[in-house]
Amino acid sequence: MELIEQANREALTRVLEGDPKLLDVVPAGEAIAGLTERMILHAGPPIEWARMCGPLRGAIAGAVVFEGWAADLESAAQLAASGGIAFHPNHHFDAVGPMTGMTTASMPVFVVENTRFGNRTYCAINEGLGKVMRFGGNDESVLRRLRWLRDIFGPELSKALRLSGGVALKSLIARGLSMGDEMHQRNVACSSLLLRELSPALARTSRDRDVLAECLAFMAGNDQFFLNIGMAMAKSITDPARGIRGSTIVTAMSRNGTDFGVRVSGTGDRWFISPVEMPEGLYFPGFSEKDANPDMGDSAIVETVGLGAFAMAAAPAVAGFVGAGAPSAAANFTRAMREITVGQNPDWTIAAMDFAGVPVGIDVRLVVETGLAPAINTGIAHREPGIGQVGAGVARAPLACFQQAVRAIAEDLGVS
Amino acid sequence: MRMHDSKKMHVQQLLNSRIKVVNVGLEGFAKELKDCGVEVIHVDWTPPAGGDPAMAALLAKLGV
Repeated sequence: MELIEQANREALTRVLEGDPKLLDVVPAGEAIAGLTERMILHAGPPIEWARMCGPLRGAIAGAVVFEGWAADLESAAQLAASGGIAFHPNHHFDAVGPMTGMTTASMPVFVVENTRFGNRTYCAINEGLGKVMRFGGNDESVLRRLRWLRDIFGPELSKALRLSGGVALKSLIARGLSMGDEMHQRNVACSSLLLRELSPALARTSRDRDVLAECLAFMAGNDQFFLNIGMAMAKSITDPARGIRGSTIVTAMSRNGTDFGVRVSGTGDRWFISPVEMPEGLYFPGFSEKDANPDMGDSAIVETVGLGAFAMAAAPAVAGFVGAGAPSAAANFTRAMREITVGQNPDWTIAAMDFAGVPVGIDVRLVVETGLAPAINTGIAHREPGIGQVGAGVARAPLACFQQAVRAIAEDLGVS
Repeated sequence: MRMHDSKKMHVQQLLNSRIKVVNVGLEGFAKELKDCGVEVIHVDWTPPAGGDPAMAALLAKLGV
C-alpha cells in the first residue's frame, strides 16, 4: 500500500536524520513542563496503584520519602494508595526511565536535544548496580545515593557539560558498538568514552578535589552509567517520527511490570497494551525465576532504535550475560530483527556483520506477519519491593500489542 | 503399477542411504532427529500471521 510505504519512509528518514546531543543535567522539575509536587513519573504505559507490581510500588514509596512527602515508607505507601500522588508515564512528559523509571521534581535528569529537530528528552541518572530505586530498592542506602546525585553529582556534571558544550551522541554510540556495547545490558564502552570526554571539563569546573574524585569514581565504577543517556537519546530520535498518518513504524515500546505498551507513528500517542511477559535469563547466586518480576522499564526504547537485542551481534559478550546462548549465536538475534524492520542505520554499524547497519524501524505489519516478537535485553527485578536486581535476560514484546496496532492502522485507513 | 514400484524403490534407497533432513517449522522434530545422529538443518518458519486467515488477509491489504 503506497500510502503506508511512503509514510514509513518518512518515519525512517526522520529517525536516521536525528542528531542527539547530551546538553546538561538539571532538576526534573525545572526541565519537564508540568512535573509538579506530589507527581511521580513511572516507566511503561499508564497504570493505577492497585495494578502496580511490587518493585514499582517499592520504588514509589522510596520516591515519596525522598521528596519529603511522607516520613517513612509505610506512610508513603498509604499516601500513594489513597490517591495522594498523581502517577503518569514518563513517555507523556518527553522522558524515559529504566526499570521502575522513577522521575520526581527534585531528581536530576540528563537533557538530550535532537539538534536536527529541536526536541528535548530527559532521563534520570543511573544509580549503579545492586540495591537501587530503579529495581524497587528504597532503603536508606538507596535514598542517600539519590540525595548525593541530587546535591553533588548532578550539579558537578551540569557544570562540566555546560563548559564542554555538550557531547555528540551519535558518533559516541557508533564507537561504542565497535567496542562491544549494545547500549542496553552492556554500556561499558560508551560509559568509558563519556568519562574520557568529560573528565577534563569536570576537573576544570570542580572546586573540590575530593568531590571531583568521588564523581569520577562513581562514573568509572558503573558500567551501566551510559544506559540512561542512551535511553534519552533514543527517545529524542524516535519522537520526531510520531504522528505520520499511515506509518506502521513503532515509536516506543515500554513496560511497567504489569503491562507492555507499544506506540506506533500512524496512531500518534495511543498505547497498544497487553500483559507483559517474563524475561528468560540468568539469575544472580541465591535467586531464581521464582523471585523474578515480569519485564519492566522504558529502556526498550533503545531496541526501538536498533540497539540492545537488535544490535546483539555487536556485543557477543552480552549474549552470555543475558542467557541468550553462545556468543556465536548473538548475530542470530540481529538477523532475526532484520526480518521485522524496514531499514538499517548506516551510522551505527556492526563490524562482525561486515559493517551492516543495526536494524531499525520496527514495522508492526512485519511483526504480526512473521510472528517474530521484538527481543529486548533487560535486567530482572525481584518481585517484592525493596530488594532490587536479581538477574538479566531477554524479554519478548507481546504479539498482541502489534496485532492491535495493525487493526487500528487498518481502521484509520478505512481498510477492512 | 510400475510407477508405484519405482517410487517404493526410491523410498527404500533413501532410507538405506545416509539421510540428510531439512526440517521446516516445529523445531522439536529436528531435535529428535539430531538426537538419533541424523544430519538436520532446521528452518525457523511459521505460517503467516500465526495461521490467522483474517489477519493474513488484512495484512495483505495493508501491503505485506
